[in-house]
Amino acid sequence: MHVKAPDRATAEHPPPTRPADRSPRNAAPRRHSRRIQGLGYAAPTAVFVTVFFLLPLLLVGQMSLDDWPLLAGDQGVNAPENYTDVMDSPLFWPAVRFTLLYTAVVTVVLLGLALLLALLVQESRPGAGFFRTVYFLPGAVGLASASLLFWGLYSPTTGPLSRILEHLGLVDDPVSFLGTPTSALLSTVFLVVWKFAGFYMLILLVGLQRIPHEVYEAARMDGASRGQIFRSITLPLLRPSLALSLLLCVTGSLLAFDQFFVLTKGGPDNSTVTVVQLIYREAFQRLNLGTAAALSILVLGALLLLNALQFRGLRRSDES
Amino acid sequence: MGSTTGPRGPVRRLAVGAAAFLAAASLITACGSGDGDSAGGSGRTADAKGVDDGATLTMWTRAATRPQSEALVKAYNASHKNKIELTVVPTDDYQAKVGAAAGSHDLPDLFASDVVFVPNYTTSKLFADLTERIDALPFAASLAQSHIKAGTYEGRKYVVPHTLDLSVLFYNKDLYRKAALDPEKPPATLADWDRQARAVDALGGGVDGTFFGGNCGGCGVFTWWPSIWAGGEEVLNKEGTGANLDSATAKKVYDTYRGWVKDDIVAPGARDETGATWTGVFPKGKVGVMPMPSTTLGLMPKNLDLGVAPIPGPDGGRSTFVGGDAVGVSATSRKVDQAWNFLAWSLGDEAQVNVVAAHKDVVARTDLAANKYSAADPRLVAINQLVADGRTPYALKFGQTFNDPNGPWLSMMRDAVFGDGASLEKDNKAVTASLAD
Repeated sequence: MHVKAPDRATAEHPPPTRPADRSPRNAAPRRHSRRIQGLGYAAPTAVFVTVFFLLPLLLVGQMSLDDWPLLAGDQGVNAPENYTDVMDSPLFWPAVRFTLLYTAVVTVVLLGLALLLALLVQESRPGAGFFRTVYFLPGAVGLASASLLFWGLYSPTTGPLSRILEHLGLVDDPVSFLGTPTSALLSTVFLVVWKFAGFYMLILLVGLQRIPHEVYEAARMDGASRGQIFRSITLPLLRPSLALSLLLCVTGSLLAFDQFFVLTKGGPDNSTVTVVQLIYREAFQRLNLGTAAALSILVLGALLLLNALQFRGLRRSDES
Repeated sequence: MGSTTGPRGPVRRLAVGAAAFLAAASLITACGSGDGDSAGGSGRTADAKGVDDGATLTMWTRAATRPQSEALVKAYNASHKNKIELTVVPTDDYQAKVGAAAGSHDLPDLFASDVVFVPNYTTSKLFADLTERIDALPFAASLAQSHIKAGTYEGRKYVVPHTLDLSVLFYNKDLYRKAALDPEKPPATLADWDRQARAVDALGGGVDGTFFGGNCGGCGVFTWWPSIWAGGEEVLNKEGTGANLDSATAKKVYDTYRGWVKDDIVAPGARDETGATWTGVFPKGKVGVMPMPSTTLGLMPKNLDLGVAPIPGPDGGRSTFVGGDAVGVSATSRKVDQAWNFLAWSLGDEAQVNVVAAHKDVVARTDLAANKYSAADPRLVAINQLVADGRTPYALKFGQTFNDPNGPWLSMMRDAVFGDGASLEKDNKAVTASLAD
């Protein structure tokens, strides 16, 4: 920071009201006090991050290298077996494949619908506020609660959906919404889209409203069609919001657990086992925290890599 | 209890040392204070009744057996100075919660467990040794021995029966009459069961022959294995490390169920049923005959005319899966005498008859199979008498093999009834591998 010397003061540039405070002699103690002040501000967050993130992360790292049965405690080093064992599990690669498939489907459907909803309620027309609220409302329901709600709706034994379809004559037999691998995946995607479309709509809506009206007006005056405006103006200028949504959606989908734990339990026939479900299974069904931690570290590594790539894309889109 | 979680190296040694010092100090304090506390897991002999001095005890039970646990605790609290604070834990989370609590030495004074998971806890030394106390009970020989066996490790006894849940056949007498079947003649063989289910199913109009939880491993072991046992076949080896689920008798059982699926004798939803709602189908009065937990008898609609019968084997015989919860005192509890007071009382005549039997549940003692409540309902006597014929399988890896929805047993049972059953031998090897893991 540039410090102006007092003898250079003129009538146009009056001296500072507290020249003594700005003297070079006092700069060092002031910097020191500012540093302490800064540390004071940062300390709560630093403590929070250390206690709730760094230390558990270190513990997970250590657990991933040790044989650590849930009920009998740490029994010494078990590396790299924890890592190799988990990859040898017959469920591992199918779970990886399914998680990637689920992520791809959810990302495309969810962000597509969210964008459509955002475009629908973009203008401040009568009723737009109402619809914005309605679209966002499912986002206020917890994912586990929403999953339980849909589990009840889908149940062919006790749920109403199947009966309604039968009553309407659309189907002859009770519908097994979660009974086949494809229907289980699609039923879960439907739940997730219902739950999160409003949330992503909100992010995209903010992005849309950041685009100046003048740009649209200029395009219209140049005779651009709606499609051309969408392709050449809306989408490029919405890239930061789309990139953020993509980042959140991909990360959330790769960590999918609640919806499958409640709705399908990985079934039918292990067709909807996600990677995080495998972590849960290793820890609380097989009672082996070591392999669960190893799998967690692998997932963390994959997410870090993916997020780094996405951040690069995000920055590039910001620069452009 | 073995050490659980904690850092390694000097920090860990320090932590372990500090914990040991604190434990020793608290033990000395407890013994010196004369307040009735005693060292957890000491196994020292006390009188058969324990101590009732107004202590407050904590207890966990799983949601699946909540009504019975609550009834026992309520009656105990009303009649004793000791007070029990009961926490009901969601069934699916129970293992995880116990494991985490064991890791942080934060187990309650008493905790019940699905009896099939008890060997896991006894071998990990989570329970206090109750051998002398159990043996001192005047009715020790009459306690449900399948639960006692499940809780015995290296010759020491760690748990007592808490709530017994037996698998039995429920059949709808009204539907039997409509189908021109004798309502007093339930199935005596699997072939009878097949014939009667098909006869009821033929009534049509939304009536189905039978039902089962086809996407629920726990339901499968609970209701299918008794048919295999009744056929004189074992399903596991004695050590619980090998499976014999591809035997000729087992195949007959699977074939019967597969026939029901193929011919649509089963009520809708069996393929998807994960176990959460499988007991809710029969009470609607539209299913002819199906195996169910005995604990549901007291929850059945009053106007449903139903009978109960033992689960038969392919050619006769009878058996049952003696499930439910066993309960023990945690190894870290400092109120073993007071906790034992509750356990001893819960097994006594008064609790077993006036609380358990009055609630139409299975009594934990064979000498009380016939009592004033069961006398009024012959179905209860029939269920109570099955305890002696029943079995509780023993396997350390039971949960990850049979209850885990992603475990090998569920794949095996689904292939056996919804598939063609061609991979039974391969599936049985996968089950054995999981048991021996």
